[in-house]
Amino acid sequence: MIVKKLVKTVGAWGLACGMGLSAVTTQAEEDTIKVGVLHSLSGTMAISETTLKDTMLMLIEEQNKKGGLLGKKLEPVVVDPASNWPLFAEKTRELISQEGVDAIFGCWTSVSRKSVLPVVEELNGLLFYPVQYEGEESSRNVFYTGAAPNQQAIPAVDYLMKDLEVERWVLAGTDYVYPRTTNKILAAYLKSKGVKESDIMINYTPFGHSDWQNIVSDIKRFGSAGKKTAVVSTINGDANVPFYRELGNQGISAEDIPVVAFSVGEEELSGIDAKPLVGHMAAWNYFMSVETDENSQFIDQWLAFIENDKRVTNDPMEAHYIGFNMWVKAVEKAGSTDSDKVIDAIVGVEVPNLSGGTSKMLPNHHITKPVLIGEIQEDGQFLTVWETDGLVPGDAWSDYLEGSKDLISDWTAPISCGNYNEMTKKCLGAAE
Amino acid sequence: MIVTNAMFNLQNSVRGCLRITLLLAITLGSLTSHAQSASEEPATFNDLVDQLAEGSLSRRGKTVTTIAELNHERSIVVLNALQAGTLKVTRNDPKQVVIEQADDSLVNAQSGAVISDDLGRLKRIPIHNKLRSQLHTVLAQLNLASPDKTARLSAVNRLITDGGDANTATLLQALVADEAEADVRDAMQTAIAMYDIQSDDAEVRLAAVKALRGSLIPEVRGPLLSLADNDPNQNVKLEAQSALESIEGRLKVFRFTENVFFGLSLGSVFLLSAIGLAITFGVMGVINMAHGELMMIGAYTTWVIQQALPNHIGASLFIAIPTAFIVAGLVGIAIERGVIRFLYGRPLETLLATFGISLILQQAARSIFSPLNRAVSLPEWMSGSLEINPALSITFNRLYILIFGLMVFFALLLILKKTSLGLKVRAVSQNRPMARAVGVRASWVDALTFGLGSGIAGIAGVALSQLTNVGPNLGQAYIIDSFMVVVFGGVGNLWGTLVGAMGIGLLNKFMEPYAGAVLAKVLILVLLILFIQKKPKGLFPQKGRAAAD
Repeated sequence: MIVKKLVKTVGAWGLACGMGLSAVTTQAEEDTIKVGVLHSLSGTMAISETTLKDTMLMLIEEQNKKGGLLGKKLEPVVVDPASNWPLFAEKTRELISQEGVDAIFGCWTSVSRKSVLPVVEELNGLLFYPVQYEGEESSRNVFYTGAAPNQQAIPAVDYLMKDLEVERWVLAGTDYVYPRTTNKILAAYLKSKGVKESDIMINYTPFGHSDWQNIVSDIKRFGSAGKKTAVVSTINGDANVPFYRELGNQGISAEDIPVVAFSVGEEELSGIDAKPLVGHMAAWNYFMSVETDENSQFIDQWLAFIENDKRVTNDPMEAHYIGFNMWVKAVEKAGSTDSDKVIDAIVGVEVPNLSGGTSKMLPNHHITKPVLIGEIQEDGQFLTVWETDGLVPGDAWSDYLEGSKDLISDWTAPISCGNYNEMTKKCLGAAE
Repeated sequence: MIVTNAMFNLQNSVRGCLRITLLLAITLGSLTSHAQSASEEPATFNDLVDQLAEGSLSRRGKTVTTIAELNHERSIVVLNALQAGTLKVTRNDPKQVVIEQADDSLVNAQSGAVISDDLGRLKRIPIHNKLRSQLHTVLAQLNLASPDKTARLSAVNRLITDGGDANTATLLQALVADEAEADVRDAMQTAIAMYDIQSDDAEVRLAAVKALRGSLIPEVRGPLLSLADNDPNQNVKLEAQSALESIEGRLKVFRFTENVFFGLSLGSVFLLSAIGLAITFGVMGVINMAHGELMMIGAYTTWVIQQALPNHIGASLFIAIPTAFIVAGLVGIAIERGVIRFLYGRPLETLLATFGISLILQQAARSIFSPLNRAVSLPEWMSGSLEINPALSITFNRLYILIFGLMVFFALLLILKKTSLGLKVRAVSQNRPMARAVGVRASWVDALTFGLGSGIAGIAGVALSQLTNVGPNLGQAYIIDSFMVVVFGGVGNLWGTLVGAMGIGLLNKFMEPYAGAVLAKVLILVLLILFIQKKPKGLFPQKGRAAAD
C-alpha cells in the first residue's frame, strides 16, 4: 500500500514537471523481481497508455498479495517514454541494462514497438505487447498478446459479408503503418472473395484529423449505389470523435452504413457522447460487457484499484492480464526469470482469458483468442452480436499477402525462426 | 395508376373512412398469410410483449413481426418505444415491461396505465442493427396512416429505401390522393415509381422513369443506372439515360455548393483559432506557442460548466462563452505579466518560453482532468442537419460555428476600431515611445491586449468543443494552422486573417477530393511557402508607418 502510494506521488510530481522523467523506482528492501512498465504517461499517447500502466501496477500488486513469484516480491519499474518513439528505445535500454528488469510490458503504437525491437533483441530481454497490430513481424523476444489481423480484421469482414451481406467496402484509416498494412491485407482478402476493385474505396487521413465533412459526404455517395455498404475503420485515437459526429450529423445511421472499428473500445467511448454512435460496431477479443465470472472479478478489482467506479476496462487491458499471467506461469514452470528459459517455457502455457476460454501461447509468440463483434450501445458499452465458434490462433504472417503467405513463425526447436519459408524450407533470418 | 387516382379524387366525401379501411385491409392482407404459418394458437399481445424482454436477439426479431401482425392498438406504441430505447424491463421478479415517457414517468407497456410505484432499476431492452432495421420497415407500414406528418414522411422515405413490394405500392396508391401535405405526396409518388420501375411492362417502366426524372434522392440512381445499362426496351433505356444525365447535372451543382460550404466551414474553424493569434502575434508581435493551450482551456471550461449544469446543455454553452473568455483571458494576462513582458524584442526566447508554457499547461490538464478525453455533449439544436434537398444538407454545428466565427471577427474589429482600448492598442503597436509620450500606459495596454487575444482563443475553444475532442492535446492540432493563416493573411491585418482563413479552408476542401486529406495538407504548406517567398508580408501587408519594423 505504502509502495503504491509512493509510486503515485512520485509519478504525479514527475507528471506535473512535464519533463521526461527518469525511472520511478520504488524502495527495494530485499531481493525482488523487477518488471518494467513502458507506457507513455505524457504526450499524445498518454490518453491510451496511462490506463495500461495502472493495469500493470494492479496486476503486480495482486500477484504480490498472492505471495509474489518464486518466493520473491515483484517490483514494478515505471518509466515514461513520453509518446516519443526514439525515447522508447532509450528507456528500454535503461530498463534492461540499468534497472535489470526481467520482463517489460509496454508499447502501444507499432512504431514504438519497432523502435524497441532491436534493443530487446540485442539485450535479450522480454517484451509483452498488448495491442492489436498489423502482423508481418515475429521476434524471439517479443510476445504479441493483442490481436493479429486474422484475429480481428478478417473475422469482422467475414461477419459483414455473410451476416449483413455487405457488397461495397470503404476502408478508412489513419495514415500510418497499422492501417496501411491492415487495409492491404483486407483489400487482398476481399478481392480473393470476388469483390471488384470499384467496390472498394480506400481513404487515409492524417493523425488527429478533425474535418471529416467531405470524406463523410463521399462515403454517403459511395454508399448510395444500391448495394449494401460498410466502413471498415482503422481510424486511430482522437480522430474518431469528429468522424462519428460528422456521420451522425449528416444523418448516416448504423443501419444504412455500419462502421466497424478496430481501434474504438470502451475507453475511447467513455470520452464521447455515445448516442450518435449507437449500432456502429467494433471487433475485439474482449468486451467489458462479457458476462463471465473472471471478467466480473477483474472489473471489481480494477474499480477498487483505480478508486473510481466510472472507469471502464478494455481489450488491451485484457491482453496485459493474459500476458502477465502467462509470464508468471512460465517463470514458475522454468523456475527462473532468465530470458532464454522463460522463452522456452512459455510456449504452450495456458491461462484463462476474460471472455470465457483459455488462451494459449503459440510457438509463433502469438496467442489464441476468441473474436467478438459488438454494437455500441447508448451507455458506451458493447452488445455482443456475433462471436467466433472457438478460439482463433494468431497468425504472424498474413495468408493473403504475396511474399508472406509462405512464411510461418516458430520459435521452438527445430525451426526456431521468425520467418521460416515453408516452400523453400529456409529461415530468412533477420533480413529486416 | 392514373385511373385509380382519378377515381379516388371523385370520392371526396368518403376519403377518411376509405383510407383507414383500405389500410387495414391491405396491411392485414399482406400479413395474415405469414401469421397463420407462424403459430397454431395465436399468442396474446400481453404475452408477446413479455417475450420481447427475454431470449436471443433473433427470437426478439420474430416476436416483433408477430406483434406487428396482431395489429393491436398498442402495437405501434410498443414497437416505437423498442426502437427509441425507451422500452424497459424491471430487474426484479415479477418482470414487468414498461415504457419510459419523455418526462421520466413510467407506463405499463401492455395497457398504457401509468405506474406510480418505484420499480427499482430498469434494464433497457437491447436491439441490434438487424432488429433496428426490421423495426423501421415494420413501423413504416404502420406509421403510413399516422396523423403526425413527420412520422408519415419518414415512413414513406423508409419505403423508398426498401424498394417496396406490390402490397405497399397498392397501399401507397390508395393513400397518395388523400395526402394533404405536398412533400409527403411527392415522396409517396417517388415510392410508387420506385416500385413501378421494376415492372415487367415497358410502358409502366417508362412512366416511372419519367416520374423519377430530376429526383435527387440517392436511392433513385441505382435502379435508373441498371435500366440505362441494360433495359430491353430502347425507349426506356434512352429515357433512363437522359433522366440520369439530368440528375447528374443537378448533382454536380449541389456538390459544388456543398464543397464551398465545407471550405467556408473549415475556414471558420481556422478563423476562430487564428483570430486571437492575429492580435497577440499580428498586432503585438509575440510568438505565442501556448495559443493552442489557451483554446484547450476554453474547451475545458465548457466541459466544467456542462458538468455543473447537466440539465441545461444548451444554456451552459452560452454561459461558457463569456466564462471561457474570462478564464483564458486571465491565464493569458498571467502569462504576459509573468513571462512574456521580460522577453519583448527577443522573439527566439519568447518562442521557447511559450513552448515551455504550452507543455506545462498540457501536462497540468492531464494531472487535473486525467489524460482521457472529456465528453462534451451537443445540445439538440447543434446536431443533425438542415436538409435543403436530398442531395444537399448543411450540418447545424458547422453552420452555427461559421456564423459564430464571423460574429467574433466583427466584434473584435469593432473593439479595435471603435473603442478607446482599441485605439491605444493600435497606438502602442505602431509607435511605442510616441504612445507613451502622449500618456498611454504601454505595459498595461500590452497586458490587456494579450488578455484579449487569449480570451478569444478561449472562445474558439468553446466552439471547438462542439466539433472535436476535449483533451490535453486539443491545442496542438490547431497551432500550426493558426500561424499559417495569420502569416498568409498578412501580419497585423485582421481582414487578412479573415480572407486567409477562408482562402485556406476553400483551397483545402477543393484539393482534398483529388489529392486526399494527407496530400492536400502537404500541398497547402508547399503553396504557402512559395507564396511567402514571393510576398513575405502576406496577402495584405501593412502599409505606411505601421509597416516599419
